[in-house]
Order: sequence, then C-alpha cells, then structure tokens
Amino acid sequence: MKVKRAGNQTVVFADSPVILSSYTVVGPMEGRGPLGKTFDQVWPDTLNKEKSWEKAESKMLQEAMQGAVSRSGFGKEQIDFLLAGDLLNQLISANFAARQLGLPLIGLYGACSTMALGLAVAGMLIDGQFARQVLVGVSSHHDTAERQYRMPTEHGNQRAICAQWTVTGAGSVLLGSEGDGPRITAATIGRILDFGEKDTNNMGAAMAPAVADTILNHLKDLNRQPSDYDLIVSGDLGKVGLRLAKEILLKSGVAVGEEFSDCGVMIYDAAQDVHAGGSGCGCSSVVFAGDILRKLRAGTFKRVLFVGSGALHSPISCFQGESIPGIGHAVVIEG
Amino acid sequence: MGNQNLRPPTIAVTPEEYSQMSMKATPKPTMVKNMIWAFGVGGLICAFAQIMINVFRHMGLSAKEASSTATAVVIFLGALFTGLGVYDEIAKRAGAGAIVPVSGFANSIVAPALEFKREGFVTGMGARLFTVAGPVLVFGIATSIAAGCVYYFLHR
Repeated sequence: MKVKRAGNQTVVFADSPVILSSYTVVGPMEGRGPLGKTFDQVWPDTLNKEKSWEKAESKMLQEAMQGAVSRSGFGKEQIDFLLAGDLLNQLISANFAARQLGLPLIGLYGACSTMALGLAVAGMLIDGQFARQVLVGVSSHHDTAERQYRMPTEHGNQRAICAQWTVTGAGSVLLGSEGDGPRITAATIGRILDFGEKDTNNMGAAMAPAVADTILNHLKDLNRQPSDYDLIVSGDLGKVGLRLAKEILLKSGVAVGEEFSDCGVMIYDAAQDVHAGGSGCGCSSVVFAGDILRKLRAGTFKRVLFVGSGALHSPISCFQGESIPGIGHAVVIEG
Repeated sequence: MGNQNLRPPTIAVTPEEYSQMSMKATPKPTMVKNMIWAFGVGGLICAFAQIMINVFRHMGLSAKEASSTATAVVIFLGALFTGLGVYDEIAKRAGAGAIVPVSGFANSIVAPALEFKREGFVTGMGARLFTVAGPVLVFGIATSIAAGCVYYFLHR
C-alpha cells in the first residue's frame, strides 16, 4: 500500500480534492465589519425571527450548507458525507441542521478549529476514495456561546481587554474529487499542546503554542518555508495569540512576517469594540469560505496555509482548575 | 497540564518561558479609565438614590421607610434597564460602579431570568434564576448569621 503521508503529521493528497462551492451566512455585526461584502448573506439581527438563539444558529448553518449545495449544481444524492460541527454541547447546531439535510453525517468537534479539521477529513475521505462529494459546514453564534461558556447575555460585566468576541456566522464548502476550483493539496493534523494557560478570557494565548507547533511540523514535514505561502492564516488567535505565535515561531527558528495573519483579527475592525478580535468556529469558517476562497479563485493567492485553532476546554474543566488544551489543524489550499 | 513528551520537532519554548511571554503580550486592563467610570456611574446611582430618600422624607416618610422605598426604586430601575437591554451596556464601561449598587444585584437576577426562560418556566427560569446571584446570597446570608451570633454573645 502506498501511504500518502509526509513526515510526522502531514497527509499529502495524490488527487487533490477540489473546493467546488462555498456559502456563508453571518450576523449583523460581522456584516458591518471589514469583510462584510465577502459574505453571501447577512442577517438583520442574531435571532432572525427564530424562537431561540440555538434555533437561529442551527438555521444559519442549514442555510449555509444548502447554499453551498445549490450553488454547486450537485444534487443531494451525489453528496456522500456531511461533516458538520459547532461549539455547543452535543453539537446541537450541527445535528439539528443535519436533520433538515438528510445526508450521512459525521459530527466533528474541534472547537474553533472545526472548519480546518473538516476540510482535512473531507480531503482524506475523497482522496481515499470513500466519497465523491463531501459537504462541510461549521457554525458559531455569539449569544449561544456566551450563555454556554460565560454569563447570561444581559448580565452587566466588563470583558477583559484580551478577550475575543464569538462570531455569529456559518460557513459551508462542498468538496469533490473532480471539477474546477481551488484544490486542497495537503493537511497537517495538529496535536494538543497545553502550556498552562488557565484564563478563559485569553484563549489566543492558550492556542498559540499549538498553532505554532502545527506550522513548525507542517513546514518540516513538507520541507517548506513560510515564503512558499502567499498567506498563512490562523483561525482565531486574535491579536494577543497572533503576536505570541509569531514570537514562538521566531524563537523556534521560523521567521514569519506580514504573510501570517488571523481570521479573528481580519473579521472586525478596531472601532467595533471587540477587544482582541473574533473567535468561534464561525470566525474561521466564514473568513475562509468568504474572503480567502474568493482571493484563491481570483488568483490573488496561489497557495494558502489555513490553520484552524481550537481551545478544547469546557466550562466544567475550567471551574475544576484545569488549564486550556490548544490544538491547530493546517490545510494547504492552492488556487 | 498534561503530558508534553512530544515527538520532535517541537517549539523551542518551555511552558515557564511561555507564561512570561504571554504575560508580556497580554494587554493590561485600563485601570485609571475604569476607575473614573466606576466612580462616576456608581456615584450617580448613589446620588440619585440619596435625592430620592430626601424627597420621600420630605413627603413625610420616616428615615427607614424612605431608604427602603428608595432601594426598591433603584432595584426596579436596575431590572427595567436590564430588560430594555441597556444595563449591560452601562456595566461594560462602569464595571463595579454599576455592579456594586443594588441595581447591579437586580441585573444579576433579571439577566438569567430573561436568558433561561426559553428552557421553560420551571426548568429554565426557576432553576437558573440565581446562577449569578446565588453565591452572593449563600455567603451573604452565612456571613450575616455568623455576625449575628457574635453580636448575640457579645451583648448578652
């Protein structure tokens, strides 16, 4: 058997899966942000006539996935798997959205790294010849995340300066074995690094070592330099985490400059009062399925390293004094 | 912290070094600005309550009645502004200035009531009404019982 691997952690696709279509739905705040025009649908408010925020998030994800499918021109019977995930307990947003789609479902939990994880797994399913087309859908919602992870939304409190704002948004992409579009050529599955950060308001700092570790291993596995990429983009490190990841990489002998950015830094501007930037699975999924894919299709970017970053804690583990385990999954997309 | 025996290559930073780096990279809270806001808003709430006490006194209530009535009004306004979605916006800037007065206590009970009503009247609102205020009540009541006991034995 020919093994499609390189080095420690990287898979290299023989027949690179194609990103056939994508669709994004976001909340009003994301729509007002600097990437507002790159999203396919902007909701007027975070509830959009649904009875609860949970229902709204699930609807949002459902619309993103249906949007990606209808845009591709494929029928449901031609899609072999649905890979979906979100931030809520028992993946309710993904499961309830999948209830409406009726596709064979693999639920994924990678916290905020779920889009990158989904792309990697979808690539393996397709290149492993287990599927022809695979749909990936990922969502998060500011208000559902707040009430699960933090405080009731109307409770008066002061957010820390290093805290990030959970993005309300859902992004979906359809991958296939053949067709036109950007291709996924390799993926590096990350491992958990926990450097002892316990502050849930500072998740960028908790995830930065894992992201740096994945980038380091990715470059080593494929014998590449950061300059081989037009853009290296992490999921939701935010301003603090991005700075730390760059510092760690520099100390480890990898110098990255302006080509290393972060979806959480890109999605809001400073005037939106979100402190360190955006976070949540929705953050990297809508920035990837919106802005980054557009630029890959337009030829602005030739090769992008998309590194989803996840903080794999729960409110319970934090109350019990555990530190926050971080993870990073990297995917190479070529235009 | 879990097992960190990672297969090389790994990042050339130890957790000890990282906590130093992280501390340096993490921005500090804007203390002076926060304190000015807290002083201003907290002061305004208390001044407003004091004016009401004076007005109620003027209207003929006793000192105790006037302060109880003013407290009730501040609680009502805290709850009202929470319901209108304004109180969290005030507290975002004013911090302790909006949390410490009794209107902040009203906010800490009304916010979960609003939040969890979708999970049902009993299993949602009823069960989770005191998620924020609960610890304050538990330790507040426990402390007052202890203080009462001390007072009783000292003054017997």
